[in-house]
Amino acid sequence: MSNVVSSSIGKKFFMSITGFFLVVFVAVHLTANLSLLFGPRAFNLVSNFMGTNPIIQVMQPILALGFIVHIIYASILTLQNQKARGSEKYAKVANSHQSSWASKNMYVLGGLVLVFLVLHLINFFWKLKVTGSPLLNEVNIDGEKMENAYALVAGLFNAGTIGYVYSGLYILGAILLGFHLSHGFWSAFQTIGWSNDKWRIRLTVIGNLYAIAIALGFAIIPIFLLIFAK
Amino acid sequence: MNITVKVWRQKDANSKGNFESYKLNDITPDSSFLEMMDVLNEQLLAEGKEPVAYDHDCREGICGMCSMFINGRAHGPDTEITTCQLHMRKFKDGDTITVEPWRSGGFPIIKDLMVDRSAYDKILQAGGYISVNTGGVPDANAIPISKEASDEAMDAATCIGCGACVATCKNSSAMLFVAAKVSQLALLPQGKVEATRRAKAMIARMDELGFGNCTNTGACEVECPKGISITHIARLNREFLCAAVKE
Repeated sequence: MSNVVSSSIGKKFFMSITGFFLVVFVAVHLTANLSLLFGPRAFNLVSNFMGTNPIIQVMQPILALGFIVHIIYASILTLQNQKARGSEKYAKVANSHQSSWASKNMYVLGGLVLVFLVLHLINFFWKLKVTGSPLLNEVNIDGEKMENAYALVAGLFNAGTIGYVYSGLYILGAILLGFHLSHGFWSAFQTIGWSNDKWRIRLTVIGNLYAIAIALGFAIIPIFLLIFAK
Repeated sequence: MNITVKVWRQKDANSKGNFESYKLNDITPDSSFLEMMDVLNEQLLAEGKEPVAYDHDCREGICGMCSMFINGRAHGPDTEITTCQLHMRKFKDGDTITVEPWRSGGFPIIKDLMVDRSAYDKILQAGGYISVNTGGVPDANAIPISKEASDEAMDAATCIGCGACVATCKNSSAMLFVAAKVSQLALLPQGKVEATRRAKAMIARMDELGFGNCTNTGACEVECPKGISITHIARLNREFLCAAVKE
């Protein structure tokens, strides 16, 4: 079994499985975040649910593990691929336009998404879970006391000039993630063998629609908050 | 037509190579690319220079020997052809044509444009066959095979092992080749007997020989002279993962 795990397809299998897991996570995360569009009450309720629900708490370390495995295997595979290409590069390479730009730059795109992820964790996760923030005053919703997470999120994008910078970075992060998913989605199916001539086309279309929905969904939030949460 | 050919010259596997440019006059547009290379070599011999070493054999697109990376594409600027099927009419008068060998860690250069593709043979030796007791020719139709399965197996079996997929892949992955060789057998009842062992052994050998990992860019199928689809790679993944579970 060990040689199966360390084989090229074995390593890609882990990329694919963690990829599926992260695809589901991103969808759940966006769904929860879209409650921001319905005002402080809706988002604080969702945020409180996410912060206290036992299943979500159990899933948190598993999610972190999913990210770590995905990143480690991506790095190993990319290093091996660069080595396999050999020392001498082609002097001339024609672009046949058949492989998508995203498919050729998955590691770079993933790396940039990771940079965004770190920033994102510092902005919200770290403040919510560890350091706290003066914006996180307790609010009372239907008799239950909870942190005002809405104020923390809205405050980031409405902090004057730096707020615009953060809005730009979050929109950029959403677009980068969209590109990463545009190749990653169908590719995960291909790697575990769930694809054929018909389904490859269908999965590519579904993957592209999913990627666009995710990118638009996340990008809309800072724009919405900039306009309506002043 | 008058052209300039910029060719990779490398004395042997251990030497450092470099590009040399040669001018060729009065090449007829109807000549094949290899005929143009022959004219170039005649010219070099007449000048007392070393001719360019390159692989070629059948010159009718079925042996897979002619391995040249021409103007940035495996087998040059056309689809579903080998280099011998490429004609000079695809180029313009006055063009400079860049000719490189396949570049991949798995295919070391032997000399000039010749590369060592024996890695493919080694992968085949690991399991790209069926074990049968020889004897008389079996009766036709003794084993019923559906038209769909036989068509798809034949599509995979058209692979001529030229190496264009590896040469083109940004990861130098041999997955399209291995997928074709696994598919042509996995789809037929005769090949199913050893399917589990075959997928694992061939992938293990492929990894060992230093080919890269497939990242599903799909660049290989575009340059395959036989138009083999990456759908076969999905089948290979399926075969391999099923084999791993059965273990």
